Amino acid sequence: MTEAISPEIFDHLVELAALELTPAEATYLRQQLNHQLDAIDQLESIPLDASLPITSHGVPYTAQISQPPREDTWQPYPAPDEILAQSPQFEDGYIIVPDIPHTSLE
Amino acid sequence: MELCDLTARELSGLLRQRKVSAVEILESCLERIGQVDGRPGSLDAGPLTPEDEQKVHAFITLTDDRALQQAREVDRKLAAGEDPGPLAGIPFTVKDIFCVRGTRTTAASRILANYIAPYTATPVERLEASGGLMLGKVNLDEFTYGSSSESSAFQPSPRNPWNPSRVPGGSSGGSTASVAAGEAVLSLGTDTAGSIRQPAAFCGVVGLKPTYGRVSRYGLIAFASSLDCPGPIARDVTGAAMMLQAMAGPDPRDATTADLPPEDYLSQLEAGVRGLRIGLSPDYFRITFPTPDGGFEQQPLPVEIEASVRKAADLLRALGAEIIEDVPMPNTRYGIPAYFVISRVEAASNLHRYDGVKYGYRTPEPVADLRSMYRKTRGQGFGVQPKLRILMGMYVSAAQYSEQYYQRALRVRTLIRRDFETVFDPQGPYRLNALLTPTTPTAAFAMSAVYGDSVLMQYADQLTVPANHAGIPGLSIPAGLDAEGLPLGIQLLGPDFSEATLLRIARAYEQATEAEVWRTQKPAVLS
Repeated sequence: MTEAISPEIFDHLVELAALELTPAEATYLRQQLNHQLDAIDQLESIPLDASLPITSHGVPYTAQISQPPREDTWQPYPAPDEILAQSPQFEDGYIIVPDIPHTSLE
Repeated sequence: MELCDLTARELSGLLRQRKVSAVEILESCLERIGQVDGRPGSLDAGPLTPEDEQKVHAFITLTDDRALQQAREVDRKLAAGEDPGPLAGIPFTVKDIFCVRGTRTTAASRILANYIAPYTATPVERLEASGGLMLGKVNLDEFTYGSSSESSAFQPSPRNPWNPSRVPGGSSGGSTASVAAGEAVLSLGTDTAGSIRQPAAFCGVVGLKPTYGRVSRYGLIAFASSLDCPGPIARDVTGAAMMLQAMAGPDPRDATTADLPPEDYLSQLEAGVRGLRIGLSPDYFRITFPTPDGGFEQQPLPVEIEASVRKAADLLRALGAEIIEDVPMPNTRYGIPAYFVISRVEAASNLHRYDGVKYGYRTPEPVADLRSMYRKTRGQGFGVQPKLRILMGMYVSAAQYSEQYYQRALRVRTLIRRDFETVFDPQGPYRLNALLTPTTPTAAFAMSAVYGDSVLMQYADQLTVPANHAGIPGLSIPAGLDAEGLPLGIQLLGPDFSEATLLRIARAYEQATEAEVWRTQKPAVLS
């Protein structure tokens, strides 16, 4: 099995992903990621012509089947309080979060 | 046979002849749910009891009050001589990945366990507007990430009604189990790599992944936005056609829906298959499996599964279809490797929004600052599958690896699409109306047998995922039972927006096999 995702790379990904993991979870996840890379590595054996375009969605969006742009009209939601009430912490129409860390730009 | 075991078409007929009321149909489903479903999925459910292991556990949230109001409205309209709509009185369940206003919409994840949707997904809105009875929200793999429904944070996870020691498949396992067990007549699922078709095959029901853009994704909690397709799950082909008819068509709230009116999926349903060209591909008769040492090997398909496809081809030939053998689909085997990359990149992007700020779960622990709140919330709120997908998505799209992985996978996707374009090209050498393939490489596997091995689990979708890459429609229909009494499914794949043709072929097969013994057999939970 590949070890392409080393513990250092893994820790970096975890930091980027904003996940706090237990040590057991981290071990399992890193092992599964490397296992998945074994599957992904099969793509490398496919000869690809340099001119081959990418496909980012299967069905082509031709002019005939694409919707015209929607009118840019204001559609107020009837009960904004219901949406705000979904927030874990809110007050007076504001969503409350813990302190936002400040960093000085060099 | 109870009302809840009838098909949508049969119930619709009885209702319109005023032989039954919508409330009676609903009561029949609720009674069945009471008999077979057991406790609904919940967080921190504790260990399974022996009784749990005999139940279906399709539901997370039962919305019986909503359904009862809808049933009474249908009965009122019928009494008043008003048109109650094409799905009037038909109870349906909704995979708990669709927003339905006023209901808990969990995605089977702790991070959304307390989320009450403030709006309703377009497919659900259209089903309700057609007179359907929304019976509840059913269980799935967390955020749809799996092929067995076992990764749900809401346990017990659904079990296969044909044999509760087996998985129902996934991720729409609650949907297909609810339809197979007679708890609902129809169900709304989603399919990103096979999540409608694979569990439909495992549970012996009909499942259709429509063409990408045929059914709106508005209100669907996103997994991989270029692959996700909502679609119908039904007890028979006609039910799937009725359901698609109600949902299909452009939606101004989803700009990726195709600006094409839906076809009439019902009028041509019984037109037969004479003159249609249906292909068989050797590339769908071999399967790839990971080996314990990290390698991969090609294996022949299990004999019973190949036989079910060959038998269907013989039947369709006898009905007048032309069967074209040896159709090459050489990039089929790269479907899963490419999917491992593309779906993870899209999932990682879509999962960034869950941060404990706007809705859903927030860690109860004290935190030093916002970053720390994010890390704890996401660490505690997400299960293993979302974490794996976020991490892989970030890795393969990182600047230094993107060319090797993401860009490469998107070009392989082009090859997969071209395989289909070549064989469906009306001027090409094959000129197929459809490809006939198995839906799955195995019948339903045992609970816990695969869960935990994320690679082996992903390979359960190897015969269904190419259609998602290509955007084309795919339909799985029941094709008999194996020696262990487990359902087998066969799959029809067709060109963009060819749902009407696929349904028509499926209906011809269904009629030709109507008298076979397996059609009379019932899931174990009903005996």
